[in-house]
Amino acid sequence: MSEFRADLKYSESHEWVKLEADGSVLVGITDHAQDALGDVVYIELPDVGDDMEAGAEVAVIESVKAASDVYAPISGEVLETNQALQEDPGILNRSPYDMGWFMRIRPNDPSSLEDLLDETAYRVLVEEG
Amino acid sequence: MSLNRTALYPLHESAGAKMVPFAGYEMPLQYPTGIVWEHNHCRQSAGLFDVSHMGQVSISGTGAASDLEALMPVDLQALQVGQHCYALLTNSEGGVIDDLIITRRGADDFMLVLNAACKLSDIEYLRQCLPNLCIRYDSHLCLLALQGPCAVDVLAAEIEGIQDLVFMQGREGTIGDVPCYVARCGYTGEDGFEITVADQHACLVAQRLLAHHTVEWVGLGARDSLRLEAGLCLHGQDLTADTTPIEAGLGWSISRARRAGGTREGGYVGSEKILQQQRDGVDRRRVGFMIEEKAPVRHGAVIIDPDGKQVGEVTSGGFGPSKNTPVAMGYVATAWSNEGTRLHAVVRGKPRAIRVTAMPWVAHRYVRN
Repeated sequence: MSEFRADLKYSESHEWVKLEADGSVLVGITDHAQDALGDVVYIELPDVGDDMEAGAEVAVIESVKAASDVYAPISGEVLETNQALQEDPGILNRSPYDMGWFMRIRPNDPSSLEDLLDETAYRVLVEEG
Repeated sequence: MSLNRTALYPLHESAGAKMVPFAGYEMPLQYPTGIVWEHNHCRQSAGLFDVSHMGQVSISGTGAASDLEALMPVDLQALQVGQHCYALLTNSEGGVIDDLIITRRGADDFMLVLNAACKLSDIEYLRQCLPNLCIRYDSHLCLLALQGPCAVDVLAAEIEGIQDLVFMQGREGTIGDVPCYVARCGYTGEDGFEITVADQHACLVAQRLLAHHTVEWVGLGARDSLRLEAGLCLHGQDLTADTTPIEAGLGWSISRARRAGGTREGGYVGSEKILQQQRDGVDRRRVGFMIEEKAPVRHGAVIIDPDGKQVGEVTSGGFGPSKNTPVAMGYVATAWSNEGTRLHAVVRGKPRAIRVTAMPWVAHRYVRN
């Protein structure tokens, strides 16, 4: 069974975001998504300083099977990327919500988080396929 | 269109397999262990694969050997009973309609194992070309592949003396009272066996094999990475109706008797083109690629020379768990096909450094005499 977390917001394309105390936001992909992708072997991350537009492709995950895009759940500027994912992409499979975060961003509009799904809504999306 | 299921479906389901549509069948892509684990298990121990979606077709009748020789460049006259042979069904342009394993079961009796995606069109073609032979597709047969270094011990515990078979030999045997046909061959580069068994007994045989502690299910995902590392072609990608055996580097599969100067030179569909290519060379060749960076380069990626001009295309590519690097194969213009040649593959619009390399990446471990 996939894990869902109450302190996260979710996109319909299976990214999660987490609002941090300093107002920045961590972005990753959900446990359900990593499970569907299978063994991850390579991750292409955006550059620090990139401006990302909600809904645009920002990263690529290569699993043994295929390449999949990661979409920006909200608009903002990339402040930091998780270099550990490039050393050991398998982190994403083992710890999608903690060790396996993709990037830290500064949201253009903090209230845009409200447009994302909460845990209950995302769970319904996943479970009703 | 509703998907077919093999007789082993209930076992995949109870093993927690992720089922995907493949060539009209609902097949296990992977089990909860995951593709990398399954791949490594097969290389180190023994993997059990359901490949019942492949077509098992018997062809019999007076003159079957010579009639079949008109369709594929192999020496069936010399093929002994119980001996298997890799063969290519060629078209008039020398292209490959399908690659298959053909076995002699008797003087005028052959068995073909065809690719799942091609089997129905192959059968129609065979019936058209061979009206005097009896062609029977038995859709109530399962095919299990047991592959890896521990496969021989597992099967020897079930069938006395089965270890005496060498690569590309087969014979009858029983596994727990169930009659089977066992061949020492496979599609992983490892030593191993393929086991033909009637649908109604297939689960029993699979469970008996899985009861050995070295044996675990392996899905289609790892089957692809295993065959890729072994440098083996996948029909539909690395081998198509538009590629010839010579371009594909499969000239070795053409029996000596059917080559230029052989006792029965040519005489198969497309032989003029293939003989000409063997004499004059080809414009492009299938080669392996070392990927210099970590991102896999996959099927369809365009290959460019230092001037940015397209000189080829990747036909299979992915991550090789045993190599722990991405691996790929494809076709390049002959001028760029020498080992060590540096080229680029375009991935998501960016050129990635690749280098032409010898295949396979993982040495074959077939047991020959």
